[in-house]
Amino acid sequence: MNFKKLITYIFLVICLCLVQILLLKNLALFGVAFCFIYLLVILSFPISMRSFPLILISFGLGLLVDVFYDTLGLHAAAATFLAFLRPYWLKAIRPNGGYDDSNNPTLPDMGIGWYISYSLPLVFAFSLLFFIADQWGTGGLFGVLNKSLFSSIFTVIMAIIVQLLFFKRRRGI
Amino acid sequence: MLRILQFLYSLRSFLLFVLLEVLAIGLIVSNNSPQGAAFFNSSNALTGSVFKTRSDIVDFFSLAEANEALLSENAGLLQHLKTINAIPDSATIQLDSAFEAQFNFKGARIISNSLRFAQNHLTLNKGSKDGVKTGMGVFNEQGVIGRVKSVSENYAVAISLLNTEMSLSSKIKANDSFGTAKWDGKDATKTKLLYVPRHVTASPGDTIVTTGYSAVFPEGILVGIIESVDQSEDPNYLDVVVNLSVDFSKAHYVYLVENTRLDELDSLNKQSELENEF
Repeated sequence: MNFKKLITYIFLVICLCLVQILLLKNLALFGVAFCFIYLLVILSFPISMRSFPLILISFGLGLLVDVFYDTLGLHAAAATFLAFLRPYWLKAIRPNGGYDDSNNPTLPDMGIGWYISYSLPLVFAFSLLFFIADQWGTGGLFGVLNKSLFSSIFTVIMAIIVQLLFFKRRRGI
Repeated sequence: MLRILQFLYSLRSFLLFVLLEVLAIGLIVSNNSPQGAAFFNSSNALTGSVFKTRSDIVDFFSLAEANEALLSENAGLLQHLKTINAIPDSATIQLDSAFEAQFNFKGARIISNSLRFAQNHLTLNKGSKDGVKTGMGVFNEQGVIGRVKSVSENYAVAISLLNTEMSLSSKIKANDSFGTAKWDGKDATKTKLLYVPRHVTASPGDTIVTTGYSAVFPEGILVGIIESVDQSEDPNYLDVVVNLSVDFSKAHYVYLVENTRLDELDSLNKQSELENEF
């Protein structure tokens, strides 16, 4: 990862976290669909990235969001889980020819069909763990599933919109 | 030995994952006790200042509404004052010490608020510097909002009434029968009144207020209005759904109330081996 790329990632982290904390904290469409747009950072790290630093960074990112949400540990636990699953899921949905070395797992590089099959299950796993931990001992399973499903769909749609607007093909991220 | 190390090294990302998950779950558990002092929350200086800047901007747009609410409350208070401060006509009587002010009030502003989770919190712009203490009650002109959980120098975090960990001692105003208001984590406009015995006559439209038993809130602060009363599965109690009087999505300015005799009450309770559940 060269210096320019590093700067773009740091910029992405700051932008998405600010949006998450300041705008999306109390947003819930119809009371069920939450948006976890900061996951886009974890999702768009390079394919070749090792899982050890990935997990560490995700934990830190989750903890940062947690501090602002007053839900200490919830986002951290779920984001760590997402980062742990990511390499296995990338391996599972590898296209026939394998990945191109210069590609990132982002929408402009990989196309919309692949991107949805890549991000939706991962974000769903994140939401599932998040809402199970959040509603522990209160809501039933149906409420948890309901919220996780709609949140993951909403988050993926938002992630696609952000990438269409701001990500350019073959230039950094 | 070398092989064991190699084996562990090949599993390093899994081990890191397990370690961090355990750490996160530990944080969740230790942070969830409603009384627990927590360091990593939005009362620390950095997060507090971020939220304060945001609320400075956002609150500007609701100033008209806030003014209106303050105005109507002032009018109510003035009316009240008139009835208390009647002009002395013949004699003045020294009041009994039981009528001394037992509650102190302070004003604050909500700078961050959540209402979509099962455990919701508020961040306030006053801290220990302004005399805010852990355990103070939070309410506004519409009704009860929550209780202060932890305090830093400039900010305080309160657990909202919309928090499944928070329970509030409250009663039906019409017949003084009391229960515990506790949120079920679903709808941000409704709460439940638990432990109301079957023989009590409660009907939709009755007002629910605080009891004053809990030593956090004075008696008679509005909580909500009964929406429906049903027979619950538990044969001993009624299933009472209450419409909250506070619109949590629009609450900006709040009052903090402190019971000056809380320490005395606490030590008395401890002496008689009672648990104060607030």
